[in-house]
Amino acid sequence: MTLDTQVAAPAVSFRQVTKEFDGVPALAPVDLDIRPGEFVSIIGPSGCGKSTMLRLGSDLDAPSSGDVERSSDNVGYVFQDATLMPWRTVRRNVEFLGALDGLPKAELRDRVDRALATVGLTDYAHLLPKQLSGGMRMRTSLARSLVLEPDLFFFDEPFGALDEITRMRLNQELMSLFAERRFAALFITHSVDESVFLSTRVLVMSPRPGHVVAEFEVPFEYPRPASLKFTPEFAELERQVATALGEVS
Amino acid sequence: MQTVAEKRASAGAAAAAARRARKKTQPWTIRILPPVLFFVAIIGVWYLISYVVLDPARQFLLPPPQDVIIEGFLAEEARADIFSAAWESLKVAVIGLAIAFVLGSVQAVLMSQAKWIENMLYPYAVFLQTIPTLAIVPVIGFWFGYELAPRVIVCVIIAIFPLIINPLKGLLGADRGLHDLMTLKKASRWKRLTQLQIPSAMPDVFTGLQSAAGLAVVGAVVGDYFFGRGAIGLGLLISRYSARLQAAEMLATVLVACALGLVMFWIFGLLGRRIVGRWSDAWA
Repeated sequence: MTLDTQVAAPAVSFRQVTKEFDGVPALAPVDLDIRPGEFVSIIGPSGCGKSTMLRLGSDLDAPSSGDVERSSDNVGYVFQDATLMPWRTVRRNVEFLGALDGLPKAELRDRVDRALATVGLTDYAHLLPKQLSGGMRMRTSLARSLVLEPDLFFFDEPFGALDEITRMRLNQELMSLFAERRFAALFITHSVDESVFLSTRVLVMSPRPGHVVAEFEVPFEYPRPASLKFTPEFAELERQVATALGEVS
Repeated sequence: MQTVAEKRASAGAAAAAARRARKKTQPWTIRILPPVLFFVAIIGVWYLISYVVLDPARQFLLPPPQDVIIEGFLAEEARADIFSAAWESLKVAVIGLAIAFVLGSVQAVLMSQAKWIENMLYPYAVFLQTIPTLAIVPVIGFWFGYELAPRVIVCVIIAIFPLIINPLKGLLGADRGLHDLMTLKKASRWKRLTQLQIPSAMPDVFTGLQSAAGLAVVGAVVGDYFFGRGAIGLGLLISRYSARLQAAEMLATVLVACALGLVMFWIFGLLGRRIVGRWSDAWA
């Protein structure tokens, strides 16, 4: 971790945050800071409160106790489903959040053009979601949040429903994007490989109630080449994360 | 830049397009022949009943098809009566449907905005649906007379239910994730309604319109039949022909009533496919 990221104020911080659903604790007190330039993955079995963390972090849900603080309201959110509006073209879908934010027309148009170019969908802007592949839909979803140029990004298993080839490709693209923009990110995943490849830090969570059982710093420099995955250091870190995960599931 | 998976997926989309095209270019032996055969069978059974099953003295109960055409559609007087009645009924059905659509949509939007409004109105929407027409028609005649207005009211009462329930289902069924994004952006209720809920509901709105179109014709005919006075629509005409044992003319009128319902149903099907079929799988 660079000195820079240690000094910067957290983009989001959880202070003794808990969440109960109908009196059943879903999240034990959690403390977590994510600073600008940090990409934090949470990995854990189903029902360990991963998604709850995202919903609390983004203010979609309120914690039962504790505090969540964010330094900026400019957040991006990408779901497991692309959650596009099927009646809007790719371009109009990508405009959606920026338009809600009230960006001026010309500015919005520029940003949409750039976001479409970033995800490689410029030539597909006029298509409807149902004409796209799963991977292209997910890119549209990503572009929709990129238009906001967010300081903080929430990802809720965004690539979980995609085939392995598309997933690897999108991992690579997301990593490049992060290497370039250095936003703060909280990323939920089921994949050890994905979490280690993308993140600066990996948290392993355990259920009933959800709490963090292990934390791993990922020391590799960005941008990370795809070949990183074949190095012994990467394999070793993967093994450690998988072991921690194995103990909780 | 296109990944392997995307190429495969666009190949999949091409295959789907081919499937759709095949549906359109099905051989006529599958697409045209079966309904035609079935039609021929129905006409055959009709003839069988008219000429074989029924005693000649009782043939008036089901005159053969050519009599229906000759006496119902070719005879000048009957034809004029039937078409003017059809026009009266169509007017009632279209006005009734338009009013039911506006009232139903407004009610669905209100119900989608707050649970308490939904709870307040839902039982009465169901109540409206379960009112026996026979019971309400005299009451409406008593209050509103026997001209256009009461006929339209009966029509609205009969047709409105699918125009409340289907749009409501659509408005409430908007994607949770998109709602979450609206929440993240602190979007107003109005933006949520106009940008998310109403577009989401459009396929269901057309489903409702399609069911209601048929019901509106039923409402127009039934109201007319029970009022038994005022401008002569299809219902009244059917009851007159029936009273005078003019079975051929009566059947011709019934056929016109069916055709009216079918055409309305078909028009809204066409509109639905044109307007939301582009993106909605339900209407593709």
